[in-house]
Amino acid sequence: MLSSQLPALQVVIPLVAAPICVFFRNPRIAWLIALIASSLTFMVSIGLFLQVQQLGVISYEMGNWSPPWGIEYRVDNVNAYILLIVSSIGALVTAYAYPSLKREIDTNRHYLFWTSYLLCLTGLLGVTITGDAFNIFVFLEISSLSTYVLIALGKSRLALYAAFRYLILGTIGATFIVIGIGLLYLMTGTLNLYDLASRLGDMDLAQPQLAALAFLTVGISLKLALFPLHLWLPNAYAFAPSVATSFLAATATKVAVYLLLRFAYDVFGKSQIFSELPLGEVLLVLSIVAMFVASTVAIYQDDVKRMFAYSSVAQIGYITLGASFASQTALTASIVHLFNHAITKGAIFLLLGIVAFQIGQPTFTKIKGLGKKMPWTSFGMVLCGLSLIGVPGTAGFISKWYLILAVLERGWWWLAAMILASSLLAILYIWRFVETAYFVTDAEDNTIELGSKIPFSMATVTVLFVLACLFFGFHTEFSVDSASEAARVLLEYTRQ
Amino acid sequence: MTLNFPTAFILILGGLILPFFPGSLRKLCLIFIPAVAFVHLLILPIGIHGELQFLGYTLSSVRVDKLSQIFGYVFLIAAFLNAIYALHSDDVLQQAATFVYAGSAIGAVFAGDLITLFIFWELTAISSVILIWARRTDRAYKSGMRYLITHILSGMLLLIGAIFYSKSQGSIEFTSMSLDQPGVILIFIAFGVKSAFPLLHNWLHDAYPESTEIGTVALSVFSTKLGIYALARGFAGTEILIFIGAVMATFPIFYAVIENDLRRVLTYSLNNQLGFMVVGIGIGTELAINGAVAHAFAHILYKSLLFMSMGAVLFRVGTVNGSDLGGLYKSMPWTACFCIIGAASISAFPLFSGFVAKSMIMSAALYQDHVLVWLVLLFASAGVFHHAGIKIPFFAFFAHDSGFRCKEAPPNMLIAMGIAATMCVGIGCFPDFFYQILPFAVNYKPYTWGHVLSQLQLLVFSALAFAVLMRTGIYPPELKSVNLDTDWIFRKIFRAISKKANDSVFATYTSFCSNLKSQILSLFEKIKHHHHPTGLLARNWPTSSMVMWVAIMLASYLLIYFLQFNA
Repeated sequence: MLSSQLPALQVVIPLVAAPICVFFRNPRIAWLIALIASSLTFMVSIGLFLQVQQLGVISYEMGNWSPPWGIEYRVDNVNAYILLIVSSIGALVTAYAYPSLKREIDTNRHYLFWTSYLLCLTGLLGVTITGDAFNIFVFLEISSLSTYVLIALGKSRLALYAAFRYLILGTIGATFIVIGIGLLYLMTGTLNLYDLASRLGDMDLAQPQLAALAFLTVGISLKLALFPLHLWLPNAYAFAPSVATSFLAATATKVAVYLLLRFAYDVFGKSQIFSELPLGEVLLVLSIVAMFVASTVAIYQDDVKRMFAYSSVAQIGYITLGASFASQTALTASIVHLFNHAITKGAIFLLLGIVAFQIGQPTFTKIKGLGKKMPWTSFGMVLCGLSLIGVPGTAGFISKWYLILAVLERGWWWLAAMILASSLLAILYIWRFVETAYFVTDAEDNTIELGSKIPFSMATVTVLFVLACLFFGFHTEFSVDSASEAARVLLEYTRQ
Repeated sequence: MTLNFPTAFILILGGLILPFFPGSLRKLCLIFIPAVAFVHLLILPIGIHGELQFLGYTLSSVRVDKLSQIFGYVFLIAAFLNAIYALHSDDVLQQAATFVYAGSAIGAVFAGDLITLFIFWELTAISSVILIWARRTDRAYKSGMRYLITHILSGMLLLIGAIFYSKSQGSIEFTSMSLDQPGVILIFIAFGVKSAFPLLHNWLHDAYPESTEIGTVALSVFSTKLGIYALARGFAGTEILIFIGAVMATFPIFYAVIENDLRRVLTYSLNNQLGFMVVGIGIGTELAINGAVAHAFAHILYKSLLFMSMGAVLFRVGTVNGSDLGGLYKSMPWTACFCIIGAASISAFPLFSGFVAKSMIMSAALYQDHVLVWLVLLFASAGVFHHAGIKIPFFAFFAHDSGFRCKEAPPNMLIAMGIAATMCVGIGCFPDFFYQILPFAVNYKPYTWGHVLSQLQLLVFSALAFAVLMRTGIYPPELKSVNLDTDWIFRKIFRAISKKANDSVFATYTSFCSNLKSQILSLFEKIKHHHHPTGLLARNWPTSSMVMWVAIMLASYLLIYFLQFNA
């Protein structure tokens, strides 16, 4: 009985828990509620994942209104995987969060943080699970609005500014998406994604559909911070509270990538947009530019969080590069990198959260000699850095490996060389961290004053993430198999 | 519980746990760990073990055959000697790094496939650079950095080459390759970097002499000989190697003669000895491969011995510059004696290890009618005797008395040198036992009248030349100077070019951006001023430029789609 309601519970649990946090207002209770809600959500997503593995696509009718009139929740191999990524990170970051928040946000505002956090989780999960185009817009707005709040809660006043900029851009993005959806509705008379896909497949491409695709592509590119629409991201990540950064970096852009995959391969799948239109080529070029420009910018940053934010923009380049290919291996690479990058970047920002807990906002001048003062944290950063570079034995290697395989399948060895060259840029910015943390030993060495012991919860969750970066470098059964299954499903949608 | 795991793990794990032991227990471990590894290696049966699945390929992490076995033995012996040599030191970082380094080199030697090879290959680079940095000087840091970059690049080349190779061959087994297969040239260059081919050799002379007295001994053993092993496994009989090896055996001699830092002189002679091995691999007959492998084995021992003796001098005196040293035989008689044994071995005196190994390569060259190569090698042999056999002991322990009165080297160093010296003489006097462990069956007699006489003639005349030159004062004096090697091109000219290019690109980019910025600024100036009088958000031009990018992107997507659609 309960198992048939899982799709609804996936969204309803965090949605209901969010206002409860406001009732209590007590920071500890609000955190507990968030922890319970996010853990339950995680379990629900595991349940959904297993169900999809066994039974195939799940279709759930909201309020028993049958689709295409009612809202349908539709879970297939693709979004079951994304749901699992988002909810697992949501739960783990919550477990980590309490001491870090206490240091970074006034305790009388904690309940606001948790409310927005849960709403954001609701939004992200909702976007992923729903099978209704307008519903996507609604959930996207829920997640965006709460994200603005999460960023604005950051300690520095610059956080407000960053949130404001994201607000402007995010709103434009959402508007573009709703315009795109509106155009599609005009042409087909339906909002149900499944229905949309089959109706679009029956008609020829005409200008309104093309305009819809353009609006959707740009709107989604904004949300996923694809170059050159990434400018909101670095400040947002740099000035948000550590917990919010870890959560958003690991999940928000990933959900946007999911939307891109869903629209490009499923909704427009039968319209053959990859062969008829230069969408793939444009994505490819932008991805390559992102890989290089953002990595180069990252090298010159002074704020460590900002540096890794730019590195996220570059890593998104790898993901969209895989998505632009419409081949089994490339899509697998793209989707598996969603997962691997989520854990790697999650781990990095959690580690930076620990650094921030001890010494405040980490800048390169402040972390001199960090290797001696915080050996474990620094070592964790090195390991995650290796994964970001894509060194064998780490999760990052797996994604790059498949990406290079996909590129070589096309015979584009020059692109393989470029991927490796951009990895060299990653070595450079990771090296900057290593050099400052381990090798700079001058008189200022002693300026690092450790506040106190690292709290148990923060340490445990972070170690878990770092170990995951290594574990998924060796054991690819879960990550790669699920990703390649998802890729297979996506490619199936494009067949007539 | 199966014992068929890589021997490398014992050393690597040992190295990683070493820092957690207290002082005296750690010294015990230093000797114990290589011993355990050696026993493990002895009981590993011939064959392929430790297979596991990775990304759809079968990795074979342990491949035991005669070729990998002999390199495994000598690497472990060297690791053991190193451990003894480093017993007096309190620097646990170096001791641990040496074990990890030795372990990964052994892991690479037993790697049955290219991916395992690549992993250990990179691990040797990372662990060995710690030994260079352990000197803790600015020079050491910088040259270590250059060393690291070179070796990581070599690993990248190996990986890319391996990908191409596996795609075309459908197998990642590390076996004999030919240069016309796709990607193999990259693997070849990667091996070449490790074996210090001419023009790829600079890292060797740059970094090794900058390490500590302990570190250089370890460095001299593993990296380059790993390269030699890889060449012997993958490219035996590749003709171009003969030419490369011949160049390699000769050109370092000239540098060695004029170099002042005696440990750097040793790196040049190391490079020249590698040349002999590369020639042997290039000839590729059973005798030649045997010779190359035997030479690698003997070379590791006497080269360690020489580096150990110079390390002892550095440890006691604080410098190894030929111009500063001299007359040390009074203070360090044992070290001087061991150094002379090492020098005799490298110069291939009969009854020393170099003779029984090198003469195999020379004979193999003659049997295959490579007369020119034989002559080049002959010249190189004379050169070796000249700079390594005479110059090193002469300037360090004899020559003019420098006035240094120091203590003899610590007992553990003497023991390590003593063992190495004994093995050098042992191999030289009783080669038959040594020949048994070579990859191919040996039917070769080193002690024939012809071999012994020609070698003695060579040595005597070479010594005569040195004596005459010294007497007449023509011999290049030992000066404090820097040898300009080809890396001057990499380090000065390339750097200047890249800096120039970087500056100009950056200038155009900034001027372009500031133009764009100022235009957008003026456009939105009024609205901005009106909406944010406090000035807090006065710098909000990026928001507008971001919005502009959105508009540009939308317009271009629409344009592209419509153009494509109408076409």
